Amino acid sequence: MEKVAIIGVGIEGFRPAIRELSYKEMVYKAAVKAYTDAKVNPREEVDTFISCEEDFSMGISIADEYAPDQLGAAQRTVHTITGDGIQGMAAAYMQIATGMFDIAVVESQSRVSDMLTPNQIQHFALDPIYARQFDATHHSIAGLEKRIYQSTYNIEEEAFAEVAVKNYNNAILNPYAAYGMKATRSDVLETDMVASPLREGEIAEHADGAVIVVMASEKVVKEKDVDPVWIKGISYATNSPNLETREWKTAKYAKLCANKAYKMAGITDPAGQIDFFEIDDTYAYKELQHLEGLGIFKEGEAAKALMNGQLARNGDTPVNVSGGVMGMGNAHDANGLQRIVEVVEQLRGIAGRRQLNDVKTGLAFSWRGVPTTAGALAILSKE
Amino acid sequence: MKNRKVGIVSVGMTKFMRRAKETPKELAYYSAKAALDDAGITRKDVDGVIIGSAPDAFDGVHQKHEYLTDGSGGFNLPAMRGYVGGGTGVFSPIQGWYSIASGMHDVVLVTTEEKMSSVLPSAQAAFNTIFDSMLERPLGPNLVWIFALEMKRYMETHGIPKEHIAAVSVKNKGNALDHPSAMLGMKLTIDDVMNSEVLAEPVHLLDISPVADGAVSFVMMSEEKIKEFGISLDDVAWVDGVGWNVDTTMWTNRDLYYPKYVEKAAKQAYNMAGQKDHSPETLRKWLSFAEPYDPFDYKELHHLEGLQLFPKGKAPEAAYEGVTARDGDFPVTPSGGLLGVGNPIAAAAGMKAAEVYLQLTGKAGKRQIPKDVTRGLAQAWGDLMQVGTVLILKGGRVE
Amino acid sequence: MNVRGTKLSHDEFMNQVLSVDHYPEIKYAWATGIAISKFLEGLKEGKIYGVKCDDCNRVVCPPRMFCEECFSPMVEYVELPDTGTVNTFSLAYIRTDASRRKDPEIPAVIDIDGTTISPSGFLHLLDESIPHDQIKVGMKVKAVWKPPEERKGDITDIMYFTKMEEEA
Repeated sequence: MEKVAIIGVGIEGFRPAIRELSYKEMVYKAAVKAYTDAKVNPREEVDTFISCEEDFSMGISIADEYAPDQLGAAQRTVHTITGDGIQGMAAAYMQIATGMFDIAVVESQSRVSDMLTPNQIQHFALDPIYARQFDATHHSIAGLEKRIYQSTYNIEEEAFAEVAVKNYNNAILNPYAAYGMKATRSDVLETDMVASPLREGEIAEHADGAVIVVMASEKVVKEKDVDPVWIKGISYATNSPNLETREWKTAKYAKLCANKAYKMAGITDPAGQIDFFEIDDTYAYKELQHLEGLGIFKEGEAAKALMNGQLARNGDTPVNVSGGVMGMGNAHDANGLQRIVEVVEQLRGIAGRRQLNDVKTGLAFSWRGVPTTAGALAILSKE
Repeated sequence: MKNRKVGIVSVGMTKFMRRAKETPKELAYYSAKAALDDAGITRKDVDGVIIGSAPDAFDGVHQKHEYLTDGSGGFNLPAMRGYVGGGTGVFSPIQGWYSIASGMHDVVLVTTEEKMSSVLPSAQAAFNTIFDSMLERPLGPNLVWIFALEMKRYMETHGIPKEHIAAVSVKNKGNALDHPSAMLGMKLTIDDVMNSEVLAEPVHLLDISPVADGAVSFVMMSEEKIKEFGISLDDVAWVDGVGWNVDTTMWTNRDLYYPKYVEKAAKQAYNMAGQKDHSPETLRKWLSFAEPYDPFDYKELHHLEGLQLFPKGKAPEAAYEGVTARDGDFPVTPSGGLLGVGNPIAAAAGMKAAEVYLQLTGKAGKRQIPKDVTRGLAQAWGDLMQVGTVLILKGGRVE
Repeated sequence: MNVRGTKLSHDEFMNQVLSVDHYPEIKYAWATGIAISKFLEGLKEGKIYGVKCDDCNRVVCPPRMFCEECFSPMVEYVELPDTGTVNTFSLAYIRTDASRRKDPEIPAVIDIDGTTISPSGFLHLLDESIPHDQIKVGMKVKAVWKPPEERKGDITDIMYFTKMEEEA
């Protein structure tokens, strides 16, 4: 495959609410940082722009109308992906790999604070005929899934609380995180039940923010004085949109993504060959389920590793040293790029007090949340 | 593996209907299945799925493509939806192209779908939400306004008589009589169009295309796979050039008389195809025909100029004189277009891309252009008068 | 080609096939940010603000925090006159819900005076009392404001634009 690198990232936020800037202004600030990092002039050098967003998340039909200006993309090659930012990166990767484009920009943002009814909006994603009549929130679907996962593998409740504790505490060291906090297992276990067995403390809170990633061909990397992080594998996959036909106990979409990306990257032993992981944890149980779907642990065994301290910042298999979605804040389709920024900063060695020692390869994995079964994965490396 | 050759090997489509009984998923299934059957392959042979659909508000589902994945053949596959408003239907096969040209995928099933009848009281209510939430929506705008404003500016700048524009509607609704999916094929006169009900001056009822429900699908493959499946080159149309461009959101800071973004998208596609001379005469010889986006009659003309196929302000006269008739010197919209076949947004532009394939492979039936056709162009447009998407295909045996 | 699909008449659609009805309660409150807040605050005071780009020297309206041409920050707000030129217009008989009006509204793009590119302005409405045959592209117009106490920092603080009398 073509060699493609990330040559710049820019982030604005994340915070529980960014009210002093409009969504365009928020994206502009992130874009300026990314272009400075990548040393590119968007008005002249960028060949293709990809904005990742959904109409109802923005409250705008045809939201891509409002995408170009703040990226420096007016009257340029631009399109939207209605998906997670890592899916947008896959689209950028493919465009660069055709040989027709050298520099691509991928943007994703979250403006949950502009939504007065975020739960109703997510409810609107349910099948209008089969599933929407029940006045249950999307969290109740996650509750169903957690119950199947937990009961199949007989996982203790403490383990889910520990995912949240680990990630909230990791986030304290992350200046981009909205929800860093010292939390204990009992703090999490004492939160209200939202849809049993799912508690409030196991659900990531919303946050506002924007991330821009600049990607480039090998040719550009050679010409420019930039600090590249190479994309070794990238993939995306969907299991089933229907509640009736999807896999519940395992994250099938994670497995599908992993099969493809590992093959691209030449990875046969993911736990051994990848140094650290940034994994979707929109719900605490999802971190464990995703790690198993990605083949890092056998089914039902991620919880043991967690409880042994293996997933901690100083463990053998660090997971979500950024704080994850729980710690940084649920930014919906920007969650994937949140994960990417952490992997890039770690690999570049600029992650400050979060810095892991001697890391060469990292993995970022995103999931689009209930009711989807859509995942996207990127494996990044300094080499 | 750089820039592998990519071909469309089949298309499938539903009827275009004012109100379909089928759900969006079921419409997508009909067209996707028809395309697979026509290609002689099954879903097991597909390794990537592209879904094209315009505003989620029409189908009434947030994260619409997730909902559509199974109907579009995407169960347990990489499924992706690109989105450029009305430009989406032509952009979806462009995404199919980059998925395959990159080496990431080999066989891609592309589906464009729209179901607009679910919105009550009318799709117009959903269209209100395309406007700027801070400065425009409080004025109570609707979609016809922006077309009327653009049409007025175009006519005023060049002094175009309305009759010349109405000729497009007459031509396209007439061409649609030969299209099996069409909902509004009819024989009309220029006077019929001129005298139809005024919606928003200068736009009259017969200047516009009808909202619709429908779906159109494509199977696209790498050259290697086409050989492997033993598909005849007579059934293939190669992707020759692609381009897309989005202008500034600030549409009230642009002169609407000319779509510069369409020009940029077109030039990108021509250059990719190796066609560096962009003069109208050369391009009209190089291309055998075109399917520019025609949600309103003047848009076809506006786009022909943006595409560099006619000089600025000169397309209306050519249409009036019959140059762009199906048997004219340069056939334009032989399908019947959105004006005649119908306008289920993403599927409508998908239908135009499909027409280019059908013409190039000699499968257009009664619509077949009565001359040799080697290369054709489909173009769509969208957002706030802002997006141009261009796809150029050439015949399977054309070098 | 075999094209499938089941067409329904209006009556079948409304009365004879099953449907699941849903009335979403979806609400937003978009933060207007730096540039549009300035613009809307200006409207409340009866002023139209534009913004000047220090790099390309364009003066444009409505204001934005960054220049879409040169991608530089835009910080120099400029008060513009409340007059302009009709860049294009329509006599519109259709409402948002597709129902018909007897007398048209007149949406227009107003190219605000004092900007340096053409057009540069915004969508608004023209005075419905102007005789239709007098409305032309290029017509000079002036804002008609709501009384100060009724303005709330909204585009509708300008009621409409009306024709300016020709100067003798």
